[in-house]
Amino acid sequence: MNQEIIPHLFRTEFRKIVTVLCKHFGIDHIETAEDIASDTFLAAINVWTYKGIPDNPTAWLYTVAKHKATNFCARSKSFQDKVLPSVDTEQSYLPDIDLSDDNIQDSQLQMLFAICHPSIPAESQIGLALRILCGFGIDEIANAFLTNKETINKRLFRAKEKLRLEQVRIELPSESAIGERLETVLTTLYLLFNEGYYSESKGAVLREDLCAEAMRLTQLLTENKRTNLPSVNALLALMCFHASRFPARKTAQGELILYQDQDETQWDYTLISKGAYYLQQASQGHTLSKYHLEASIAYWHTIKTDTTEKWEAILQLYNNLLQISYSPIAALNRTYALSKANSNEEAIREAEKLQLTNNPYYFTLLGELYKSIDPKKASANFEQALPLAKTQADKHLIAQNLLKINKNCL
Amino acid sequence: MDEYVLVMRNEDGKNLVSPEQMQIWMKQTMDWIGGIAAQNKFVSGTGLPFEDARVVHPNNIVTNGPFGDIKETIGGFITVRAESVDEAVEFAKGCPVLQGEGNSVEVRRVASR
Repeated sequence: MNQEIIPHLFRTEFRKIVTVLCKHFGIDHIETAEDIASDTFLAAINVWTYKGIPDNPTAWLYTVAKHKATNFCARSKSFQDKVLPSVDTEQSYLPDIDLSDDNIQDSQLQMLFAICHPSIPAESQIGLALRILCGFGIDEIANAFLTNKETINKRLFRAKEKLRLEQVRIELPSESAIGERLETVLTTLYLLFNEGYYSESKGAVLREDLCAEAMRLTQLLTENKRTNLPSVNALLALMCFHASRFPARKTAQGELILYQDQDETQWDYTLISKGAYYLQQASQGHTLSKYHLEASIAYWHTIKTDTTEKWEAILQLYNNLLQISYSPIAALNRTYALSKANSNEEAIREAEKLQLTNNPYYFTLLGELYKSIDPKKASANFEQALPLAKTQADKHLIAQNLLKINKNCL
Repeated sequence: MDEYVLVMRNEDGKNLVSPEQMQIWMKQTMDWIGGIAAQNKFVSGTGLPFEDARVVHPNNIVTNGPFGDIKETIGGFITVRAESVDEAVEFAKGCPVLQGEGNSVEVRRVASR
């Protein structure tokens, strides 16, 4: 039997079955939906091992899932007592599970809103999204969060309890509520993407998967009229621009390559133009979200050549971004842009006002700015950054900088 | 931490400057605000354009623009967060409007609720 087929189908079909079943049964039965989907795959392994893979494995899975769902309904007393009264009792008590593409897509979108409910913390939202909407195993989720299975299981359990308690419905929010609820959804997708893009978790494949899933779900939002809003397009544009640099940002050994040292022939230009398309879509209307500003900054970074125009544009985008959404990393990046657009001296003055003395990037920025002006001060700043650096990649980069400066000083 | 309003006062709003000079001031103002925002001390702010400006006097008398007898006009204001009035004053010192002769920045604490 083809060794790849089960994991592949699991990745693409598990989430569809779970979502459709859960949409059908309601959020109370989220675990039942997961169990039936798991059972379906177990059946596939048992049957296919002896009888071979059917011509249309997906259709086979759907048929079995439907059967299992029907059997569950027929057998489960609690289902008949509790769920049936709330669903359409006119119809036969056997459910008509709709696994058509349209219903799968609709259910996934509705489930996305249910999972990204403001009543549960962001990290649980991401965990649930990975499990229910992306079909990730508990192992993989634990890996992505750099924690253990137990923690993740507990976290997901609590989150599901909360969804039940809040009686969250699997549906698109009303027209008036969609804007506010969308904020939470976008934050979760943004964090999910960042988890993949910046995390130190093992395995480049896993990290790229996280980013791909974040992009798939964001794209799902753009494909529905009600959720195809400017900030959604802006976020998708941002993800496309970042993802375009995936192949260029690591060496074959997995070491980080800084932007200025990247080989831009390795950038994915299809993704860059896709990003430009979504950014264009995002500019319709009057919304200016932080995603618009971050996507525009990322757009300028797809142009490798340093020009005053480029850095002036980036500086002003950061000036605006910080006014609507402050973050230490944006403050540091803004100061770097200031050094490129205005002068190193001005940037040093501004950097020293930030006093982000717990942040390793604060000292690496100062080190970088002092390099051409005062190598001793540059070296002192890199020295201060070293013990603060959290990742191996960062430590390595700082050490390399120190080595280079000290060599030149001799 | 209190909030302070920094009011940018121009000596004479009618003084014409070249578009190039305006461009430079605009950039300097954006960089100044960006610098305050980078310290997470920016609250809000806006420019006050002179187009469509009116002054309402007693007895329903309305005149165009804030100009007239008064010498000073308000060009805009921003609200910042600061530990003390001294910190707010430090922010104000960086305001590009101060490059103009006779201009000033007024620092006022926002009454806390």
